[in-house]
Amino acid sequence: MTDGNIKSMPDILAEHPLFAGLDKEITDLLGGCAGNAHFAAGTYLFKAEEPADIFYLVRSGDVALELSMPGRGKLVVDTVRPGHAVGASWILPPYRWRFDARAVGDVRATGIDAACLRKKCDDDPSMGYQVLKRFLPVVAGRLQSTRLRLLDLYAPPADVGRAL
Amino acid sequence: MNAIGQLDRSPLQIDSGMLPRPFVVRSRREEMSDCVTLELAALDGEPLAFEAGQFTMLYVHGVGEVAISISGDPAVSDSLIHTIRAVGAVSQALCGLSEGDRVGVRGPLGNSWPLERAVGKHLMIVAGGLGLAPVRPIIYWALANRDRLKSIDIVYGTRAPDQILFAPQLLGLSTTDGLRVGMTVDLADQDWRGQVGVVTDLIPSMLREPAETVAMVCGPEIMMRFTGQALAAAGVPAEEIFLSMERNMKCGIGWCGHCQLGPHLICRDGPVFPYPAVRDLMSVWEL
Repeated sequence: MTDGNIKSMPDILAEHPLFAGLDKEITDLLGGCAGNAHFAAGTYLFKAEEPADIFYLVRSGDVALELSMPGRGKLVVDTVRPGHAVGASWILPPYRWRFDARAVGDVRATGIDAACLRKKCDDDPSMGYQVLKRFLPVVAGRLQSTRLRLLDLYAPPADVGRAL
Repeated sequence: MNAIGQLDRSPLQIDSGMLPRPFVVRSRREEMSDCVTLELAALDGEPLAFEAGQFTMLYVHGVGEVAISISGDPAVSDSLIHTIRAVGAVSQALCGLSEGDRVGVRGPLGNSWPLERAVGKHLMIVAGGLGLAPVRPIIYWALANRDRLKSIDIVYGTRAPDQILFAPQLLGLSTTDGLRVGMTVDLADQDWRGQVGVVTDLIPSMLREPAETVAMVCGPEIMMRFTGQALAAAGVPAEEIFLSMERNMKCGIGWCGHCQLGPHLICRDGPVFPYPAVRDLMSVWEL
């Protein structure tokens, strides 16, 4: 429901690419678990090993996923852009984050209470299936991205005919 | 035919396609620790005109020949620009040349990017790693023809922030009206303010009107394979996607067959191909 320029949470969710096109009944249910969030540049949405109790749909700003490596400091392993979701560890036990998530600039996001959503998905498996179908491409996309980077495509080739 | 024991004093006939012209290194610029840009000038004073996307065979005397894409401005023909990474004996020798050294040049060879197809449309240039060098002539052309294009977008992926080719130029371009530059790296530290991820991740958000876009792609073949898929999935017509292919070129003029890819000889029929012509071949590992 919209009141003037103020959008309801289900409307905000329905506009996010991750949930666009879902039945209104489902976005209404999701809206009951959601709230607005703002993170200033340099602050953390969450840190590794913390409970994965809230995940985020990024509306603006970039989020860097980081991992600390002894001797190398913090390394950025991925960037989550607007229109995408930060965090998939809320889906499966032990429900703990694997990476730190840092706001690169100012980040506006929709936070979703993971325990609330899990309960709703368990109570209504049909809805749960719809939600998981939206998250599976996120996970598959990150897997593919990781596999491509494992190939180290831009490393100097041992021997090529055209050195580009 | 000369009889055995008799000298044949007629001039040696060499096909002009195999005869290198003498060039001199006019300037040398180190782009990265293993990568240099050489500016060459013809010793005979005859400019070497080329089209964006073409390559030459560079001959280091006493070492050998290697195919290198031309990375300069096609509108400037009095010098020949090549950006070279030291990966083998010849390219290492090229990278070790100094001002005043001489090289042999055959070419320009191969076909060119179909630049006129982009007129009236959005032009998206996607490059990976050193693949930015062969597309730089497109960028020069696009900047000179901005008013004929709807927009220009450059999407670039590389290994790490310190391995961004032509970094000052790319950063300078990002402030140009009607032109956007999206950059991503495979891994970075916290000082990097840009994106981390694969180049295909940037494509959907940077496409303006996919059906009205012409895309030109150059980089490692696997990167181009996935980029072609991502562009087509986002709605760019397959026939409007062009890739610059790479194979082991030896003669550069379609004689030897070293650069064969299925029915194509990359040096003669390419290196630029429409995506549909090579899409299925790229996933055949025997090729």
